[in-house]
Amino acid sequence: MSVSLGRREFDHPLLRSYFLDEAFDEMFDIDGRIRPHYEALLQVLTTMPREELQRRKQSADVSFLLQGITFTVYGRDEGTERIFPYDLVPRLIPAEEWNRIERGLTQRITALNLFLHDVYHEGKILAQGVVPREVVYSCKHFRRQMRGLQVPRNVYVAIAGTDLLRMESGEFVVLEDNLRVPSGVSYMLTNRRIMRRTLPYLFRKYGVQPIEHYPQALQSTLRSIAPEGRAEPTIVLLTPGVYNSAYFEHTYLARQMGIELVEGRDLVVHDNVVYMRTTGGLKRVDVIYRRVDDDFIDPLAFRTDSILGSAGLFNAYRAGNVTLANAFGTGVADDKALYAYVPAIIRYYLNEEPVLKNVETFLMTDPTHRQHVLSDLGRFVVKAVGESGGYGMLIGPHSSAAEREDFKQRIEADPRNYIAQPTLSFSRSACLQEDGSIEPRHVDLRPYILFGDKVTIVPGGLTRVALRKGSLVVNSSQGGGSKDTWVLSQSPQA
Amino acid sequence: MLSRVADSLYWTSRYLERAEHTVRILDVNIGLMLDKSQTSAERRWRRVLAALGHPTKVEWSDDAYALVHTLCFDTSRPASVTACIISARENARQIREEISSEQWQRLNRLFHEIAKLRTPVPSDLQMAEFLPAVIDGIHLFQGVSDTTLSHGEGWQFLQLGRFLERASVIATLLEVYHRDVFMMDEEDTIDAYEYLEWIGLLRTCTAFEAYCKVYTADLTYERILEFLLLNAEFPHSLRYSIDRVYAALEAVEQQTRGQHASELMRIAGRLKAQLSYSRMQEILEQDTGRYLRSVLEQCWQIHAAIYEVYIQYSVQTALAV
Repeated sequence: MSVSLGRREFDHPLLRSYFLDEAFDEMFDIDGRIRPHYEALLQVLTTMPREELQRRKQSADVSFLLQGITFTVYGRDEGTERIFPYDLVPRLIPAEEWNRIERGLTQRITALNLFLHDVYHEGKILAQGVVPREVVYSCKHFRRQMRGLQVPRNVYVAIAGTDLLRMESGEFVVLEDNLRVPSGVSYMLTNRRIMRRTLPYLFRKYGVQPIEHYPQALQSTLRSIAPEGRAEPTIVLLTPGVYNSAYFEHTYLARQMGIELVEGRDLVVHDNVVYMRTTGGLKRVDVIYRRVDDDFIDPLAFRTDSILGSAGLFNAYRAGNVTLANAFGTGVADDKALYAYVPAIIRYYLNEEPVLKNVETFLMTDPTHRQHVLSDLGRFVVKAVGESGGYGMLIGPHSSAAEREDFKQRIEADPRNYIAQPTLSFSRSACLQEDGSIEPRHVDLRPYILFGDKVTIVPGGLTRVALRKGSLVVNSSQGGGSKDTWVLSQSPQA
Repeated sequence: MLSRVADSLYWTSRYLERAEHTVRILDVNIGLMLDKSQTSAERRWRRVLAALGHPTKVEWSDDAYALVHTLCFDTSRPASVTACIISARENARQIREEISSEQWQRLNRLFHEIAKLRTPVPSDLQMAEFLPAVIDGIHLFQGVSDTTLSHGEGWQFLQLGRFLERASVIATLLEVYHRDVFMMDEEDTIDAYEYLEWIGLLRTCTAFEAYCKVYTADLTYERILEFLLLNAEFPHSLRYSIDRVYAALEAVEQQTRGQHASELMRIAGRLKAQLSYSRMQEILEQDTGRYLRSVLEQCWQIHAAIYEVYIQYSVQTALAV
């Protein structure tokens, strides 16, 4: 269904290919009326000569290039580094909407940390049957080694990136929680820096809530969970190395926080104390912000073939001599099957209704659910529970009969490994096109949540864009881009 | 500074110095090959291989251009110029956040430039483009290193790699020439061809003009040795290189407040003193070849000691402060 656009803005050449349908549009309501907080933005865009807009786009391009803001694409040797595609038109979120998101995310991260503590200690929630034991114990990210282990301040997830979608009704819902090693925050920060320079006038016109304090907030979060008695803790960022797709982000954050960027081979563990090798000798390490997966972090405790970690790290952690953020085994709480139970988890620990809803999710282990989904696979999105980054997915409406048959067999062979969700119609936001016009594209939102002695969520987050028309996939590995997200400090004047 | 970072910096500049030296020695000998000297092609190129420290998997095969081509482009031979530049770039790539973006861009550009010049068949035109391109690229890298990177610990490790490599290759080169050229003359007079070889040796160290300024164009083998071994001001002399190595070690020791560096400082200081206070006559009176081999041996000791103190120390040593 396409709606005819009555308002005068749509006669403007900038908007000639703009379209609306039942998906929520961030800029226009269903009748084609501009949403009030977008008026000033649209006015600037329509009055600015097209060449000027293009020139600003080019100068932003150059900034990205020169700053080497790139990510690595797997499976190619030369020229593996690419600029992360971005869009110049900011996404605007009014303050009151953001407040609700913030409340919802705070509630969610608090409950999930309580859940992780419970699961690795008494397991009350399991004993009472709120979450079935088998969902937890069959999760491949469940770490038996964490049983009974005390972590500083009971913080399991110190850094989270939660993916939100805005549904047809305009309501934000949670698509997934990333509780292991969420990435992308450097793009949020650099997008902002470049937008400040590219459209300064617009920036001034809107009161935009700042996000630039993220690195400091991250650092104080990490400091707050240092082992006891370490007053001036040494914090390091552990990277898998230069070949990792997020290496740029690792170097960026380390630089912004002024901490060492270390690889596994820089660390040695002696008598359950972790040191880094420096030219001035061994230096004790207290907190490791690790960007290496559980599996690879200690060949003695986890995968023995890993060379990305450091032998003995887990024992040092168990001895309480070093803190790792995030803790081991947090993946049990962002498992896609466990996701279905998060609303129940919030009610159980906090005795509150979830502020942010979940997307309807069908567990393939449940025979009725499975029956329901398999009878009409073309309507669903099927996801492997342990995967991320848009890998291991079936998008029903865009799939071939052969792919559906393949997934059907896979689901039947290993139902625990799959969940299904109805194909979602999530919101679109205006994006600048090659020809200088703007068109709507699907977007999600990943705010970054820090959980230490307090919860810090910098306003906004990374808005990821499915740059191809009609595409629903926003992952950077699959042709997605990003745009700056402005949380407005007050409602705009009419 | 992380040991791994220091290690990468050290090897980045070591590899570049090695590439530059290889290019220069090839360039000079291609030129000399054009003259009908008494030196047979086989003897010349065997000498070149010896001066390069007998690189692994590279053999004289009766074809000078093929050998030069291998030494320039064959990436399966770790000693080839291209392989050295790739290794330098790989080392720099691991520490991109530690070096300046100008340094990285310069090195990256050098890598792409030489990749373009690589062809499957040897040709003299290609050499005429390739050899100067490498030297220019490396000089530019050294220039931006000196002007864009803080002269802190990291820069000192660049200096260490560069000058320790330079000292080692010059010691090897002199030892080979001493054995293969100087020792072969029985008469006091030298002929024009031999004269060319000596110029070649000086050119390999970019020393011909500098030599003439000190001694005029009057070439004698004692003076050439003296200049390349003991001159305090010429950047490609052994003494100058070891002075720079020592200065860099002192700076690193100060910055890291190194508590295990005394043995390293002793061997480096001993070599520095040896070169500073020796007279050429004394060296010539003893077994000169052995003297040069001992210098080379001491360069290796310095390298090993740097590793022991700053890079690959054992946990026990480090904790026993």
